[in-house]
Amino acid sequence: MMPAGEPHDHDVLVIGAGGAGLRAAIEASAAGASVGLVCKSLLGKAHTVMAEGGIAAALANVDDRDDWKVHFADTMRGGQYLNHPRMAELHAREAPERVRELEGWGALFDRTQDGRILQRNFGGHRYPRLAHVGDRTGLEMIRTLQDHGIHRGIDVFMEFTVIALLKDDARVAGALAYDRDRGRFHVFRAGAIVLGTGGIGRAYSITSNSWEYTGDGQALAYHSGADLIDMEFVQFHPTGMVWPPSVRGILVTEGVRGEGGVLRNQDGRRFMFDDIPEAYRAQTADNEEEGWRYTQGDKNARRPPELLTRDHVARCIVREIKEGRGSPHGGVFLDISWIRARRADAEQHIKKKLPSMYHQFKQLADIDITKEPMEVGPTTHYIMGGVRVDADTQMATVPGLFAAGECAAGLHGANRLGGNSLSDLLVFGKRAGEHAARFAREHGRARIDEDQVAAASKEALAPFGKSGGEDPYALQRELQEKMQDLVGIVRNEPEMARALSEVERLRDRAARVRVDGNREFNPGWHTALDLGNLLTVAEAIARSALARKESRGAHFREDFPDKNTDLGKVNFVARKGAEGRMQVASVPLPEPRPDLRQVIEANQ
Amino acid sequence: MPSATFRIWRGGPENGRFQDYRTEVSEGMVVLDAIHAIQAREAHDLAVRWNCKAGKCGSCSAEINGMPRLMCMTRLNQVPLEQPVRVEPMRAFPLLRDLVTDVSWNYEVKRRIRPFRPRAPDAPDGTWRMAQADVDRAQEFRKCIECYLCQDVCHVLREHRLFERFIGPRFLVHVAALEMHPLDVEDRTDQLKTTDGVGLCNITKCCTGVCPEGITITDNAIIPLKERVADRFYDPLRWLWRWLTGRGPKRREK
Repeated sequence: MMPAGEPHDHDVLVIGAGGAGLRAAIEASAAGASVGLVCKSLLGKAHTVMAEGGIAAALANVDDRDDWKVHFADTMRGGQYLNHPRMAELHAREAPERVRELEGWGALFDRTQDGRILQRNFGGHRYPRLAHVGDRTGLEMIRTLQDHGIHRGIDVFMEFTVIALLKDDARVAGALAYDRDRGRFHVFRAGAIVLGTGGIGRAYSITSNSWEYTGDGQALAYHSGADLIDMEFVQFHPTGMVWPPSVRGILVTEGVRGEGGVLRNQDGRRFMFDDIPEAYRAQTADNEEEGWRYTQGDKNARRPPELLTRDHVARCIVREIKEGRGSPHGGVFLDISWIRARRADAEQHIKKKLPSMYHQFKQLADIDITKEPMEVGPTTHYIMGGVRVDADTQMATVPGLFAAGECAAGLHGANRLGGNSLSDLLVFGKRAGEHAARFAREHGRARIDEDQVAAASKEALAPFGKSGGEDPYALQRELQEKMQDLVGIVRNEPEMARALSEVERLRDRAARVRVDGNREFNPGWHTALDLGNLLTVAEAIARSALARKESRGAHFREDFPDKNTDLGKVNFVARKGAEGRMQVASVPLPEPRPDLRQVIEANQ
Repeated sequence: MPSATFRIWRGGPENGRFQDYRTEVSEGMVVLDAIHAIQAREAHDLAVRWNCKAGKCGSCSAEINGMPRLMCMTRLNQVPLEQPVRVEPMRAFPLLRDLVTDVSWNYEVKRRIRPFRPRAPDAPDGTWRMAQADVDRAQEFRKCIECYLCQDVCHVLREHRLFERFIGPRFLVHVAALEMHPLDVEDRTDQLKTTDGVGLCNITKCCTGVCPEGITITDNAIIPLKERVADRFYDPLRWLWRWLTGRGPKRREK
């Protein structure tokens, strides 16, 4: 007989304690719900701390021409109009209030001359829009939410990992988790569950994401019967570190380019001027002088092409590297030191505006960014796709299950603008918490099915005591290499078909995975358990990417290099079909309301 | 490729010991890379905390050749490789297993500190006005990534084990961030003197020396807090006033 696991009971269980999870927990608690918050790492260590550039919100503190409509239109254009228009609307309308609220909870943003929140330029945003704290905005945000949240009576379960959602007929009833410390099982009974688990970066070998980002929320939702949507859209951030090898993939903030940093190839050419997409031509500078003036706050100047959307910049970098014009270690040059020619205070300015970039390069690469260029290349950063949710409530297609932040989908469409992630976490974290609390109040608890608990715990313990068997670390590395090579920035059908058969093969091998040692704080076991989720999201990415026979946003296919008008009207949904096999189907894009359509047209 | 020996602490509180592992080293590697390589190849169950691998989350704190450091920010060209590189858990906290310690005390301490309480908004739209210069002062303390290396090195905690009477440098920095926050109107001076134990710090500045964020913990955070306590409770004129009037120290309204 399998031990059932230590019982816990809450109105709302939040899984994940990054920006979205913390904001959801705070809101659910404020609504009067008892809240449990489960996180894979220690509190305050989630990937949100890595966010550098800022929070996008149309506060109009720096440029009073900005408002929610321009932000909405920018977001839709950046997402190539595959975004859920209602989510993009709510996001643009509510982000300013969420940022001001953060200030009321103690966040200290950089200031304008007249003492208001300062905003900076970022790719794809028409006006300076990102509230920021140097280049450590994510840390400021998570610490503010954490320090506010710990006084709200929320039960925090640090270093707990959820391995299965438990259901009662159609609705969600609870979750099964283990604690890292002792390896004991815990059964969380809850009226509603909010997923705030973040991304899938560990499905790729070059990534800015930490060990935690194994697609847990997406996979948990999928296996409980929820729809995933837009999974083909994986954002490769154009600027990750490339040298030395041990730091490959670590993020270099877009803020470097926002402050005037430029991209050059080995010939010293600013290659971003060579390819400016039609949709952005009217608002992009066509000479270096104008681009520089834009970064220094000239409202009459247009932005430099380095601040085009991330998908485009990443592809231009790949082109330079592939055609032999890259830097010595297989990247391109990102140079902020050149501004010494323009500003007497350049060195101090760079250290003030980009302090953690300065330290990161100085300590990890022996590069002084105030004096010499950095080498950068694309790194797996973010997934636009994820759990399909209702725009207003954030409820998934499974009743009682909610999702917010990176693990949910809809806001960003085919490509996310920098800065729109932190605002996403706040706006939809709050909404998810509020509606989860309401769902729990209206529907009460569901029944925990002990058979589901027993089955999931048995499966989790299976890797122990296997003789021979597969090495979990080796399997994870193989999956990452296959995804990087076959479903990366530039895709085609034969390679993705091969990726799918590799995923199948790895899944068979994962069934024979072996774990040494015991259940107490055993990373080998944790790696083995994460494999299942990684395989699920890898399959969803590859299948959705195969289905979208066009190039749009972050999804680029060399066998279909152009946009297809018909495919611009659909999203692809991945769900568990009969016999447990994954099925991908197209669903029509939600129509924007006429007034929103007008806003888009007015801002073309 | 050249290789190096890592002498890593393995095991729990009762049965721990150092064990040697050899691994290849390449240009730019940090200690955490070596730990990961050893974990992936021969010690699958080697327990270690990490997340961002870029010095931003403060998870991978350990003692490397006896010095409290982040493993992700310690490059192998900064440590001698002719002899084994000793990697062990933070010694101030209870050991769980291998390189992982129980740091939950820190989370309990933080919850006891009075939270942020802002003054009324400055503008009718509910927003505040602050000068960058005022913001800068508290921002230094808000850079803290909660790696707890300062707690680990602090001898009030490490040697004297005064966990019940002293909140440690990390949380004095936290109190300083709150007290010097331009909007905060809460008063924590009584807490500083009593439950926080600020008087127990005798300014050896070990904490400042190990801070990976370069926060000037002692000079900028702790000493000003000590001064607030001295000013409130030990100023001779105030003491005389209290003795004459019979009024005890009151919570100051800012």
